[in-house]
Amino acid sequence: MNVAPILELKGLTKRFGGLTAVNDVSMSVREGGISGLIGPNGAGKTTIFNLITGVYKVSEGAIEFKGKSILDREPYQIANLGITRTFQNIRLFKNLSVFDNVLTACHMSAKYSLLESFFRLPRFYREEVILRKKAESLLDVMGLSDRADLTANNLPYGLQRRLEITRALALDPALLLLDEPAAGMNPDETEQLMRLMEEIRKSHNLSILVIEHHMDLVMGVCDHIHVLNFGCTLADGPPDDVANDPKVVEAYLGGEEIKSC
Amino acid sequence: MEYILGILILSAINLVAVLGLSVLTGFTGLFSFGHAGFMAIGAYTSAIVTARLHLPFAVGLLAAGLVAGIISIGLGRLTLKLKGDYFCIATMGFGEIVKPLLNNWKWVGGARGWESIPKYGGISLLLPFAVAVIAVILSWNLINSRQGRNMVAVREEELAAQMAGVNVLRSKMIALVFSAVLAGIAGGLMANFIGFIAPKTFNMVKSTELTIIVIFGGLGSISGSVVAALLLTVLPELFRAFSSWRLVFYGLAVMIIMIGRPKGLMGGLELTPTSLRKAAAARKAKRDTAAATAEGEKR
Repeated sequence: MNVAPILELKGLTKRFGGLTAVNDVSMSVREGGISGLIGPNGAGKTTIFNLITGVYKVSEGAIEFKGKSILDREPYQIANLGITRTFQNIRLFKNLSVFDNVLTACHMSAKYSLLESFFRLPRFYREEVILRKKAESLLDVMGLSDRADLTANNLPYGLQRRLEITRALALDPALLLLDEPAAGMNPDETEQLMRLMEEIRKSHNLSILVIEHHMDLVMGVCDHIHVLNFGCTLADGPPDDVANDPKVVEAYLGGEEIKSC
Repeated sequence: MEYILGILILSAINLVAVLGLSVLTGFTGLFSFGHAGFMAIGAYTSAIVTARLHLPFAVGLLAAGLVAGIISIGLGRLTLKLKGDYFCIATMGFGEIVKPLLNNWKWVGGARGWESIPKYGGISLLLPFAVAVIAVILSWNLINSRQGRNMVAVREEELAAQMAGVNVLRSKMIALVFSAVLAGIAGGLMANFIGFIAPKTFNMVKSTELTIIVIFGGLGSISGSVVAALLLTVLPELFRAFSSWRLVFYGLAVMIIMIGRPKGLMGGLELTPTSLRKAAAARKAKRDTAAATAEGEKR
């Protein structure tokens, strides 16, 4: 089976002054797949997310989404192309209601112009209805409808993470980047999250790239895993191969000094 | 009577400027201490159009908004990439640039100011109120549209807004231009209703006053801005009898409100029929549960 990758990183490198946070990393995410990005703290995982989403500028290398380079795009353009993400430390629109968080992110599904907003022309009303319906149905699918009026900040932690994923889905992405979605969750919640990931992958036709430390989750849902250490690729392959890779075991459990790269 | 009408006109003019700033500061999260600069630009533009070009007042007002808006695009291009406090300081600089420029421009009166700007009476006295109502409607429509929601997203969490596909720079620009256009129009109204303008009218104290009104009313509330603009324009006038003490009272009143209601009068909520109904329902529910528990305790 040879499916074209939806996202491909080629020789990706990011330097902050003298520090090389990401060093010559090449990896790909298969269309429709769930890939895992793992590694010890400070390995450069979140930096890779920031490079993909355009928050950081790439020092060297290439990022291709659906076969096209996205290096010169602004973050909001990349989001609108179909890559959305969640954050390690949740970043919701805290003072807005759960509903408004999602409604805001639905904005690309409407095309009415600023003038049409100012003067409430017919298209404004027509498309506002569509936006609201879309937000409602998303909340419904994600099981957040009964808390739609709650202020996002007042949601329990697990639901805040869920809301962040819902908000990301509102842009109809093709690729979803999840940054430690299970952080701070108990085994039960983690289990639920895994099921959720499978569900939305199918229902929204998504590919997912996930950073995670919970090995149960990674081994359970990912069909491909990329291991980073000190910004370099340590291993890359199906979960079973990676789990048995001596270099990976060493990096996680400690061992003799590993020669980086 | 004329005195009261004067105060009402002044509140309407202040309201127009405050609404723009409410969108910029309250909803988009950008603080400005230079909007008196835009008012000055509007005031002098309208004065030139009506007094020198002898065109109708309406043309003067439109020109006032237009010129202020165009200049704000230039200012935005230069400064909107700055983060929070730095943007605020840049706007302060802008406000301070406008003043000396006008001070040295003899054709419009220089530092001594410009008298004999055409004043309008009769039916035109309704104009400030009409403009204020239109400004309220337009602000409300903007805030409750996808563009307005994007502004709020920028205020709440800029990075997350970007990741949700919001063009942050564009959202900020829309807010800045909208606020500048309204400040410009407010300046135009001021010039033609007072009939005299001087550069020193539009100093940083004026800019600060506008921002204070927005914060006083509650960041992120159009109705709060409306109430605050009316209250804080009338308040100093009420204390006029105490002459030299009136600004002390004014300051105290602002302090007491801010201590009592740190989020401003409205605290980000809106005063609408729906919100009032909701509040009434919540209060009734609270009373009912209180009654129920009291009943339970009796037993």
